[in-house]
Amino acid sequence: MKKDLNQTHNHSPNDSQWAISAKGIVKRFATNVALNNIDLEVPQGMIFGILGPNGAGKTTLLRVLSTLIKPDDGSAKVMGHDVVTHAHDVRLSISMTGQFASLDEELTGRENLMLQAKLLGFRRQAGKRADDLLHAFELEAAAQRQVKKYSGGMRRKLDIAASLVVTPEILFLDEPTTGLDPKARKGIWRMIRALAEQGVTILLTTQYLEEAEQLADRIAVIDNGKKIAEGTVRELKTAAGSGVLRVTLTNPRQMEEAEKILATSLGNSVNQNAEGGVLSARAESTEAANQTVAQLIESGIGLDGFAMESASLEEVFFALTGHGLINGETNDEINKEGVENEA
Amino acid sequence: MRHDQDLSIIQVKRPAEPGALSNAIAFGWRAVLKFKHVPEQLFDLVMTPIMFTLLFTFVFGGALAGDVDSYLTYFLPGILVQTVVFNSVYSGMALSTDLEKGLFDRFRTLPIWSLSPFAGLMVGDVIRHMIASLIVLFIGMLLGFRAEMGILGVAAAFGLLLIIGFGAGWVFIVLGLLIRTPNTVMTLGFTGIMPLVFASNIMVDPSTMPDWLEWFVEINPVSHMTTAMRGLMNGGITWDVFFLALLVPVLLTIILAPVTLWLFRKE
Repeated sequence: MKKDLNQTHNHSPNDSQWAISAKGIVKRFATNVALNNIDLEVPQGMIFGILGPNGAGKTTLLRVLSTLIKPDDGSAKVMGHDVVTHAHDVRLSISMTGQFASLDEELTGRENLMLQAKLLGFRRQAGKRADDLLHAFELEAAAQRQVKKYSGGMRRKLDIAASLVVTPEILFLDEPTTGLDPKARKGIWRMIRALAEQGVTILLTTQYLEEAEQLADRIAVIDNGKKIAEGTVRELKTAAGSGVLRVTLTNPRQMEEAEKILATSLGNSVNQNAEGGVLSARAESTEAANQTVAQLIESGIGLDGFAMESASLEEVFFALTGHGLINGETNDEINKEGVENEA
Repeated sequence: MRHDQDLSIIQVKRPAEPGALSNAIAFGWRAVLKFKHVPEQLFDLVMTPIMFTLLFTFVFGGALAGDVDSYLTYFLPGILVQTVVFNSVYSGMALSTDLEKGLFDRFRTLPIWSLSPFAGLMVGDVIRHMIASLIVLFIGMLLGFRAEMGILGVAAAFGLLLIIGFGAGWVFIVLGLLIRTPNTVMTLGFTGIMPLVFASNIMVDPSTMPDWLEWFVEINPVSHMTTAMRGLMNGGITWDVFFLALLVPVLLTIILAPVTLWLFRKE
């Protein structure tokens, strides 16, 4: 009822109806400002990542958008419904998977899903619905086992399954893979992508840059309760400088000379690899890296090899939360309101 | 996720929105499941009262009341009050566990009647109180207890027990909402309950106590409840005794139920 899944199949970024649109969200806890004037617009049918370190405010933002807490200031609409005044309508269109598997540890996996199904209005079909989900998430073997005996990965799967008892228009995932081993993490990623392909809008928080890079169509970077950047992974990387130039010298005795050229040409500090003969330094752009390599060759320094390694998102994040972005290497695509406020 | 299953999982129609009663029944179902999966909770619940009954009856009974049978008649209605009051701590612990695990966060993002989770706690309480009290009564009867007022008197006494448990439950539900570590709820709960239970007329006739303690026992609501239980089971109940026993559970409900709602919705 009240639910037209076809609506969510529209992947067009120009869609006039936002899945989520928040303006000026402020949330304080005692003296601590958890969210400081956050704006967010998430188009329908997208995987949107909220990236930030521990304590940045990611979970608080999710809790505001999922009607768990009220913002002190600002307003937010989820599928067009105000999260404060029309919380019930919001709840009809969302599912929330919290940071810690919100399951009853003493009940079995099947009973947890059945409870969820009963609460959402399934009656005689509750058991069938639970079985379907257990099958889809490859949890049949553990169906009759108490959740406290599940592994971390199984809990996560069951937790997400519980959020899909009725397919939501928007799925909130708070750090869906925190604490999971790499294999379980990949499994969850596959599942999230499959859901997005079916048109479910997904808003996920993560402190893993790789996760944001793997999954999110678009990322908002949050630090200290402020949104400091937003864009696609590529846009964020471009903004933070394109990466690291690594050169391998033919003759290690030219090390000192090569180091000088790298430092002056790139304007960044140079790392000496422990193996010797390998130098690396951050390059702001591919052009800068090319010029540096040319200079090395012109100066008669023999190179066994050189490589431009793209900036890891770790470096991107450091650049964004440190001084990189404020120093002006921003891309126009990047929303830098937060930074200007901070500067 | 199995790829062949993706579509079938997604294309489920939301069923008709359930009513408040249906939500409450779902949580009640959960409470019943808990007894299936954690039967040892019943063991916890009845061990203390059974030990107390055996210990007090056989070790102190003769000295306190002249003979074991008279003491059992005096003691058993009171130990039932103690059983229910101790058990009411478990609601608070269960609530605190749910909050700690984030389970309530999920419930609170569902389009359900926001108070239905408490219905589950109530169902759990009623089952716990009834089972534990019946076991204690059964042990008492094995030891020779006979209720003079017969089955009707016992039924009325059990009705009073449920009201007492319901009233006491609110104290621990509020504690559970305020304190998100189940063990702290238990420790705090028992710290508060112990003096109330021991400085009452459950075990010993207060006329043997020093004046200041006797005064406390006289105003202790646990004593009023115990006196009413004795009256209902052994005879001699009067309306004023009965109402006095109801006073505190009713007051607790009137005061703490709104506090519970407020705490629950506060965030």
